[in-house]
Amino acid sequence: MIAELGLGLLWLAAGLAIIQSVLGMFGLWQTNRPDLGNAVRPVAVAQAVLIGMAFCCLIYLFIVSDMSVKLVAANSHSDKPMLYKVSGAWGNHEGSMLLWVAVLAMAGGGIALAERRVRRDTLIATLMAQGLLALGFYAFLLFSSNPFERLNPAPQDGQGLNPLLQDPGLAFHPPTLYFGYVGMSVAFSFAVGALITRDVGPAFARAMRPWVLGAWVMLTLGITAGSYWAYYELGWGGWWFWDPVENASLMPWLAATALLHSVTVLATRDALRAWTVMLSVVAFSMSMVGTFLVRSGVLTSVHAFAVDPQRGTFLLALMLIYIGGALALFALRVGTVREGAVFEPVSREAALVLNNLFLTVILGVVLIGTLYPIVAQGFGQQVSIGPPYFNPAAGSVALMLVVVMAAGPLMRWRSDSASKVLRRLAIPVAIGIVSLLVVRLLAPDMGVLPWLGLSTALLAGTGSIAPLWKRNLLQTPLFTWGMVVAHLGIAVALAGMAVDSAFYKERLVAVSEGETTEVGPFSVKLVSVEPVIGPNWTAIEATMEARRGDGRPFTLHPQARNYSTPPTDTSEAAITTHLDGQLYAVLGKQGKDGRWQLRLWWKPLVTFIWLGGFMIALGGLLALVGRVWRERRGARSAELAA
Amino acid sequence: MKAKKQRLILALLGLGAVIGAGLLAASGLKQEASFFYAPGDVVGSDLPLGKAVRLGGMVADKSIRHDPDGVTIHFIVEDGKAAVPVIFKGIAPDLFKEKSGVVAEGEFRADGAFIASNLLAKHDERYMPPELEGKMHKTGSLTS
Repeated sequence: MIAELGLGLLWLAAGLAIIQSVLGMFGLWQTNRPDLGNAVRPVAVAQAVLIGMAFCCLIYLFIVSDMSVKLVAANSHSDKPMLYKVSGAWGNHEGSMLLWVAVLAMAGGGIALAERRVRRDTLIATLMAQGLLALGFYAFLLFSSNPFERLNPAPQDGQGLNPLLQDPGLAFHPPTLYFGYVGMSVAFSFAVGALITRDVGPAFARAMRPWVLGAWVMLTLGITAGSYWAYYELGWGGWWFWDPVENASLMPWLAATALLHSVTVLATRDALRAWTVMLSVVAFSMSMVGTFLVRSGVLTSVHAFAVDPQRGTFLLALMLIYIGGALALFALRVGTVREGAVFEPVSREAALVLNNLFLTVILGVVLIGTLYPIVAQGFGQQVSIGPPYFNPAAGSVALMLVVVMAAGPLMRWRSDSASKVLRRLAIPVAIGIVSLLVVRLLAPDMGVLPWLGLSTALLAGTGSIAPLWKRNLLQTPLFTWGMVVAHLGIAVALAGMAVDSAFYKERLVAVSEGETTEVGPFSVKLVSVEPVIGPNWTAIEATMEARRGDGRPFTLHPQARNYSTPPTDTSEAAITTHLDGQLYAVLGKQGKDGRWQLRLWWKPLVTFIWLGGFMIALGGLLALVGRVWRERRGARSAELAA
Repeated sequence: MKAKKQRLILALLGLGAVIGAGLLAASGLKQEASFFYAPGDVVGSDLPLGKAVRLGGMVADKSIRHDPDGVTIHFIVEDGKAAVPVIFKGIAPDLFKEKSGVVAEGEFRADGAFIASNLLAKHDERYMPPELEGKMHKTGSLTS
């Protein structure tokens, strides 16, 4: 019953999306009929409520393990822990697409309820665009990915969720990324709306900014969490693999980072108008590309569990229609967007333009490197593109970007003098140069990229706190704090990446029980290997005793796990965190002579990478709260004055 | 500076960034694209030396041999046309076994042996590296 209810709600929501788009269109066209336009808002809210309920139906089906529903049977199992029953609802293709469109509709409902800053017609056009976007995804769900499909006869029990995905971090990873993707869709809808009503200006930018910031925070969190998940769950000791699925979340992030900065220029200085609109189209396109890559099954990666060409074609068509439509609209209307305010080549605006240009280059490099193997495959050529391509190409541009990041906040709006900027930057630049020399002397065989990376991180770290210099810290606005924290986070993460990739120690050995081996500053003794049993897995678990020099010994328990539903083997690394890094141990196979393979890493400062990631997200959150708070206060004082 | 002129400069800069990205990517791809080979593609022709490549095929029956250090494995990858000896140092995936599919990432050595830095075995029942599947259909001699 619940499955049919869910499906019914889905159809109703799709119907409302049609009504929302049509009403919006007529409302904009028939200006003498304000009732048409006025109806768009309640319809958007109703659509959000219905699809939200449909998604709750799906979660309910997973919680009660209703195996007569095909999706539940294929992805769940009655003896799975409750958290993974719930997260199973979106840990699969159909469920995650339902979540996608639910978040989209709820964002639309949110705009309809809360947005008061933009012109009425722009808001209607925005909601119309939002309705059309949702409609495509409803069609996709209803015609090729119905999550509520029944199975007759119902099986005894389900096939289970892929064990790699049975992880608390990953349970919340897809929703986080989807909030990010969908937030970009709101920015996109605003841009389309403003283009339609010729309303590209600061008011539209201020309405769009919280969505861009929020989406960017979510993407940052999603990428950071995803990176940590890959690090501890895959057991390869790496934190970024340039896997297409990782790139699928990195590309929208890069575009969102560019958009975030240009939208600020538009909101505060009324410059970069057409530029910002173009970037919001690009940012949403990257979200669509990301969704397409992950959901269509075109990928050669650990995430591509199933290949279904029909869905891929449908998603590709949707992507081309939306991106092509937006670009066509941009081409038609860009002439009507007035030029923004002028600024000098040395100014904060110019630094932000440079930020946007560098981000565009990185985005282009990542996009081409991600799509090339797929296109080549279409021509019968099997190619894979990995770190040797991405690291130097994207890394070198990223380092230049980080230098600009340190300088930008120290520049004045509109016009500044180069010599004054250099004087403000003197200390960070000096620190950067000194560290270049010192690091080279202390570690002569360090790779070029980590060497430059570490020095750039020190330059940017000091540069990013410089805007607080001689300021009253209590009166510094929250969004300035946000910028400082986020920029500092970039420096911290960069330092972690540089130090880990330059100074990590790896050891691969086969040892007998009782034997000791060394890795970095640690000595590790394999004490014993025993079988253990978990809720839905069995494993062999090693007990290791590690100590650093003469320090207190501590134990590690890496496991080689075996899940029964579906039958899969995974390796659970044992990781201990120290102030200056992590010790990472993986248990391998037992040889014929009884020795166990062990793979050990000492990864200095590796934790800085994720610490930096969370600082970036925190900075975005502070900026978001600071902006909303200031605008609320501004609105209230304007009311008082009136 | 006039607003019109500034807009023109910005548009040109944006275009420059896109072209720059394209050039940077093209030069990187030329050097660093890692191609996929089956043993039949390389034996008897020029080896792609000094480049990261992927080698895929079946692990030959009774070919897996362990070194005394306990972490180095020697085995043979074949595709029905030719066979390549592979040396791998590390923890092999669980599904790595004789008479089943494997993709090895690494480099060829001048003597024709393949030094693998990573092995990808068939991941689970539902997942199969697509390039391996394609090659297997193409050579027609392998089923999995």
